[in-house]
Amino acid sequence: MAVRRSRRRRLTAAVRWAVLVGFSVALSFPFYWMLITTFKRTSDLYNLKNNPFLFHEPPTLEHLRLLFRETLFPRWLWNTAFAGVLVVAITLLLAVPAAYALARLTGRWGERLGIAIFLTYLVPPTLLFLPLSRIVAILGLQDTIWSIVVVYPSFTIPFSTWLLMGFFKSIPRELEDAAMVDGLTRFQAFLRLMVPISLSGILTVVIFSFTLVTQEFVYALTFISSASHQTVGVGVPIYLVRGDVYYWGSLMAACLIASLPIGVVYNLFLDRFIAGFTFGSVK
Amino acid sequence: MLLPAIVYVVALVGVPFLLAFYYAVGDVKVGSTDYHFVGLANFSSVLESPAFRRALRNSIVFTVCSQLLVLVCGNVLALVLKDAFRGRRLIRFLVILPWVAPVSVGSIGWKWILDSLYSVINWVLVRLHLVNEFSPPMWLGEPTLAMISVILVHTWHVLPFATVILLAGWTAIPRDIPEACAVDGAGYFRTLFQVTLPMLLPIINVALLFGIVFTFTDMTVIYILTRGGPYDTTQVLPSLAFFTGVLGSDLAEGAAISIFLLPLLVLVAWRMLRTARRAEVG
Amino acid sequence: MAIVQTRALTKVFRQGQPGAVVGVDLESREGEFLVLLGPSGSGKTTLLRMIAGLEEPTSGDILIGGVLVNDLTPRERRIAMVFQSYALYPHLTVLGNIVFPLKAQRMPRAEREKKAGWAADLLGIGHLLARRPRELSGGERQRVALARAIVREPSVFLLDEPLSNLDAKLRASAREELEQFQRRVATTMIYVTHDQVEAMAMGDRVVVMNQGLVRQIGTPAEVYDDPADTFVATFLGSPPMNLVESDEAVVGFRPEHFLPVGFASGAGPTVKLSFRLGHEEYLGSERILYGRLEGGRFDGRKAVSRQPASYRERLTPDAAAPFEVAEKHLKFFDRAAGTRRAPAPLS
Repeated sequence: MAVRRSRRRRLTAAVRWAVLVGFSVALSFPFYWMLITTFKRTSDLYNLKNNPFLFHEPPTLEHLRLLFRETLFPRWLWNTAFAGVLVVAITLLLAVPAAYALARLTGRWGERLGIAIFLTYLVPPTLLFLPLSRIVAILGLQDTIWSIVVVYPSFTIPFSTWLLMGFFKSIPRELEDAAMVDGLTRFQAFLRLMVPISLSGILTVVIFSFTLVTQEFVYALTFISSASHQTVGVGVPIYLVRGDVYYWGSLMAACLIASLPIGVVYNLFLDRFIAGFTFGSVK
Repeated sequence: MLLPAIVYVVALVGVPFLLAFYYAVGDVKVGSTDYHFVGLANFSSVLESPAFRRALRNSIVFTVCSQLLVLVCGNVLALVLKDAFRGRRLIRFLVILPWVAPVSVGSIGWKWILDSLYSVINWVLVRLHLVNEFSPPMWLGEPTLAMISVILVHTWHVLPFATVILLAGWTAIPRDIPEACAVDGAGYFRTLFQVTLPMLLPIINVALLFGIVFTFTDMTVIYILTRGGPYDTTQVLPSLAFFTGVLGSDLAEGAAISIFLLPLLVLVAWRMLRTARRAEVG
Repeated sequence: MAIVQTRALTKVFRQGQPGAVVGVDLESREGEFLVLLGPSGSGKTTLLRMIAGLEEPTSGDILIGGVLVNDLTPRERRIAMVFQSYALYPHLTVLGNIVFPLKAQRMPRAEREKKAGWAADLLGIGHLLARRPRELSGGERQRVALARAIVREPSVFLLDEPLSNLDAKLRASAREELEQFQRRVATTMIYVTHDQVEAMAMGDRVVVMNQGLVRQIGTPAEVYDDPADTFVATFLGSPPMNLVESDEAVVGFRPEHFLPVGFASGAGPTVKLSFRLGHEEYLGSERILYGRLEGGRFDGRKAVSRQPASYRERLTPDAAAPFEVAEKHLKFFDRAAGTRRAPAPLS
């Protein structure tokens, strides 16, 4: 009987590992493939007789060189970073006070507004992008990175507010009351007390908003028409072609650079992000 | 404190939202500032067009199939991830990648993997003697396969997000509930189907609602993989709206098409509010 | 109804760490209420879970009704368990909870409902069958947990600190209900708690545990009046037994036996000790006096006295007063090992 138990346990462990490995491979394979393609010579890549998993010719940095010297890729990286920083700044400026106000607002209105703000996040870009393109044109921001900077907070703010609300709510009121008894105004208590304490929440919002900026596709595709003003998310799949031909080597190099750093940073903050997310939803 | 955020959101979400309706009942075109009210003419012409009907059907197939896959795979993945083990951090990193990387970047990566000539998947299939070397599957070139590819790639992208949500649900189940089941004599499957999954229902609900919204309103994967092709067979509502409104310059019709996304969104919003209210009462 | 036995039962969670349960030999008696008592970390819950089959022993044997059950699943052992949180299935009604184990046995529906009805009536919750766990009070939840346990007619009941989640007021009445329940069903019950008042009140016998080892097994009277070592002596009784060291041994005497001279009559020869009062607590029915012994070899040691409030004579603080302890109430313990030993002269 003891044998039966340990055999069953070994079987479950084996199945578990099989599932884990299967999913890990399936989910991360494209990035692994990007890695290989980046360093393979073109002649090796396009030779149908070669085993694609092996290097039949020595690896090369040619694709990377091409990417950085002869395409607009560095430009796109710069555009995206520029937009990202500004959007995060705007988001923080608007979402942090809003989340605080909502978290401290007692009564039904606090709940209602909180839910309303969250619901706006559900309004999809594919519904708003047409009218927004008109608005962008009217504002004269057509085909500039500023269209992105102005429009993106419309979806980073609602989610950040909702995330931060959860964080702020978990800080007991007594802390602020104690500060006010000590002589601070409510605003000072907010700045000197709440903000430092919720630093981890704010950091989560920063990371999350930045990734939202880098991941966005529809608005950037719609508002920006010239290649040099484009972001990485749109530039890479759309403009890294010559005529009808995709330059896969450089393309995959670009994909790798656009994905991995974000992936690493996001992973470091994943626990905080999950805590914030479940805080907000599972009360 | 609250006002700036509200103003911003109202301006950039509320106003365009209303404008969408405004355009849909007019005859706006890109580049012109004329406007004539045409009532429901746009809507009726859209409803009659076969392209729209096909896009609507595709949207439904796309959403239903990918969400089913996500639910099953997400739960399985959450199950194996919830207990600690060595290497969990690394596995988690690998599993999270499809969601973190920009979806457009991931999609273009898949485009290379599914390329008509150089697909690595086809290479493996040919070596395994599962397909003929001279007529390998055209993943993005043949209608049914293209739909399957698009569904699978989208599922690949959304799975990590759903898994994270479901994982939160799985770890929230107290340890003594499955122990009570063991003492009560319930086997693995009875415990799973009669106790664990019903307890997970609220969180599955949340994951599903999010997933439906993201999937039904998404056009990125399709735009990059197939541009809606071959011959519009993978066109969905949002991508159709894009092609009509931006590339076809017909803002009015594009807006009308995208408005058809609303009924589903309203339904989802209503369900979410219901769940939130019930969670507070209970 | 069956006797539970363990033989040299040991559980080690991590190699190199001391065991959570070390070499426990136990034998329950027919139909008794056996309490496993100890502070947190003493191993009492781990021991219970091993008996239940939720934790696998590192070594040793478990027998229920004379049958070796080491490799049997919890269900196969015919035990029922009530968890600290009750572990009621939140999405099922009370009725659904109670019939769950019967469904697992594939009992036909009519029979299930009859059995469930019987269990519900036994615990007086027949009127709650349609409710959900979240709508019930703490005491009601306990009764549902018990109903779900008894509906399977187990040979042993195992309970893991079921009263600790109730607030103080409820605890007393819930305790009484549990005792009545056990008497009515006359089935062996093994009950884990860290509360020594519960253990004394409810147990037929108490197993006192500390750091994975069994220190003493005995009736409440035995563990209270005849403790096997200093741990048992100080764990039972509140305030704990006074312990002072002499040359040869550690001497213990309980606060209620340490009284002003003349108050304990007819107790035989006594030992006189001088007591200087520090402060006192008036609890309504009794007084607790905290102070120090004075003079002689125990000079300066802390001591506690406990007297009924009816003792009229009030002591003045910081003044020495003559106290005494009857010799028969003195317990002696080995200085090194803490175990009980023969009386030694109190020089």
